[in-house]
Amino acid sequence: MFPSPSFPLTAETWLRVGPYIPVLLRGLGVNIQILLGLIALGFVVGILIALLEVYAPRPLAFVGSAYAWFFRGVPEIVLLFLFYFGLSRTFNIPVSPFLAAVLALGLRSSAYQAQIFRGALLSIPHGQMMAARALGLGPVRAIFHVILPQALRLSLAGWSNEFSSVLKDTTLAWGIGVVEVMRQAAYIRGRDFPLTLPIYLTVAFMFLVLTYAGNWAIGAVEKRLRVPGLETRR
Amino acid sequence: MNLVFDWAWLPRLSQGLVLTLELTALCMGLGAVFGALLGLVRVYSGGKFSPLYWLASGYVHFFRGTPLLVQLLTIYFGLPTVGIALSPFWAGLVAMTLNTAAYQAEYFRGAIQSVKAGQMMAARSLGMTRVQAIRHVILPQALRLVIPPWSNELIYMLKYSSIVSLTRLDAGTMDLFGAGRWIQSRTFRYFEVYIIVALFYLALVLILTLVLRWVEGRVRIPGLGTPRRSV
Amino acid sequence: MTLLTVEDVHKRYGREEVLKGVSLTLNRGETKVVIGPSGTGKSTLLRCVNRLTEPDSGRIWLENVEVTSAKTDINHIRAQIGFVFQDFNLFTHLTALDNVRLGLVSVKKLPKKEATDRAMAELERVGLRHKAKAYPAQLSGGQQQRVSIARALAMDPKLILFDEPTSALDPELIGEVLAVMIRLAEEGMTMIVVTHEMGFARSVADEIVFMEGGVIVEHGPPDRLFRSPEKPRTAEFLRRISELYGQEGR
Repeated sequence: MFPSPSFPLTAETWLRVGPYIPVLLRGLGVNIQILLGLIALGFVVGILIALLEVYAPRPLAFVGSAYAWFFRGVPEIVLLFLFYFGLSRTFNIPVSPFLAAVLALGLRSSAYQAQIFRGALLSIPHGQMMAARALGLGPVRAIFHVILPQALRLSLAGWSNEFSSVLKDTTLAWGIGVVEVMRQAAYIRGRDFPLTLPIYLTVAFMFLVLTYAGNWAIGAVEKRLRVPGLETRR
Repeated sequence: MNLVFDWAWLPRLSQGLVLTLELTALCMGLGAVFGALLGLVRVYSGGKFSPLYWLASGYVHFFRGTPLLVQLLTIYFGLPTVGIALSPFWAGLVAMTLNTAAYQAEYFRGAIQSVKAGQMMAARSLGMTRVQAIRHVILPQALRLVIPPWSNELIYMLKYSSIVSLTRLDAGTMDLFGAGRWIQSRTFRYFEVYIIVALFYLALVLILTLVLRWVEGRVRIPGLGTPRRSV
Repeated sequence: MTLLTVEDVHKRYGREEVLKGVSLTLNRGETKVVIGPSGTGKSTLLRCVNRLTEPDSGRIWLENVEVTSAKTDINHIRAQIGFVFQDFNLFTHLTALDNVRLGLVSVKKLPKKEATDRAMAELERVGLRHKAKAYPAQLSGGQQQRVSIARALAMDPKLILFDEPTSALDPELIGEVLAVMIRLAEEGMTMIVVTHEMGFARSVADEIVFMEGGVIVEHGPPDRLFRSPEKPRTAEFLRRISELYGQEGR
């Protein structure tokens, strides 16, 4: 099926990868933009869903749970196709592949982030809410000033897992035509076939670095924000 | 806007569903064997001084630290340049297996390490060899402890198997999502097809979750592991 | 007749020397009770005997086989030495019966039927035949410890080492375990028991060994050692113990 001539991985081949690195990095920059967008969207929606699930009356809480259940049960690539082709072709809403990727992956991430936040909210002792209310804070202000600051710190460990998983998932945007790193790799593959393997390995290496750097950074933030007595359980 | 759903889509989607289940079962089964081996090596090969340990750790870090899609495309597009050409189906299965093995290795390692140290000591005090102790005492406990994370991994791979057709859509990659793409390309119904595909995945996830929970309950032993929280 | 000989055993953990040259001999049918303050190497000594902890130097013989020799098959030795742990260490995933049976099947290679009969007999001996199908988590601490004694007994050991067998138990459960051990001693089982149960030591031991700071300070028959200890450190330890637990120890 493939012409499959052999192009062994020699030092010479690897040297030829060099000139393509800026192009790959430009692609990777797009992945990082998707990442930032989807994490921000997932964070805001995720907190809302978690608050709904924990504090809202039954019917509303159920809506929150159903939402989270849907986005956790459907594969990313299906969500991407649903949002991009569904919105742009079926409903004629002009949405770019990039925006569709941020939306689909962001909403999906919100379902996972909601799960993390919900666990953290539930682990805050009941007395904290009571003490806040005893001071005369209304329920909303109690949540924002007392409960959430504690819950968010507790969420960081779970959040670092979510970070490394969504970082890798940004490559799926390739499937709906976003010009990110996988697409750049495909261009190079088309132009310079013998470089296919080293190019993909280079991309893999870039993600390896990003994943570990990101986790290290989150770990550092976690350390900075640590409050005695409010430890994250790993 | 009018939404059109067609019963005629069902046969192909059902075939796709079967392929999705096949892919998931194969990669989880093969991945479990490979992953358990990697996990055992990571725990018992003698740590930092053993080359086997470094090999296994490097493998686990590489496959967990890079996207599955990159692994898939490396295998499908990259390996032919050095003379290893796999069909889209095999490329998908190999990528999924290698990937899940790395994650499963970590779950096995965690499970083995959460078996209390006294268990090994008691087994050795009876005169068992290390291998006997691992086989009769450590593994039976670790295998039960690994069920919850393993179940999560299975659900994860079930969903992730949907990327196999991204290399090329052919008979070998016509899984649920692949079938959806095939139908969409002939009907130009986008939203309708993909929402049906999504519902199929949701149903699969739901059923498998229930089955796995049932199995977990069946093999439960008092005092081993913690009861699962209801969702 | 000498069953076990321990000669000048040393063990060091990092900078701390836990055993600073311990020697003792144990005759067949003898019960030796090792007492002393916590953290003075009593448990380490027991674990060195079947090399669950590897001694740094010194030699140990079981009858005329050198346990510490590199040529000795240590698993073969361990199968002949029972070990009862402070925190039981019953196999969590196995029923009481399977806990007792596992060594018989996997180490002694007994046929399943024979192993089952033997295991049931040992459970009977510790009064737990009716709990054969229970998992460890379904048993009280005292029952778990009795099962672990049955597990050791089933291997037909030449001697049994008890490492503080009642220290992890609630006070009301200690009696049932001690009762089993007393009967074993009376039946002529050879045992080394590390314990803080002075009442047990006094009534069962053929010899008391007092350890402190990684050495044996003094040893002798219980009557003499309890009534008129020769070393001031022994006297001091016994005085503190009786303050804590009353005249009889406990």
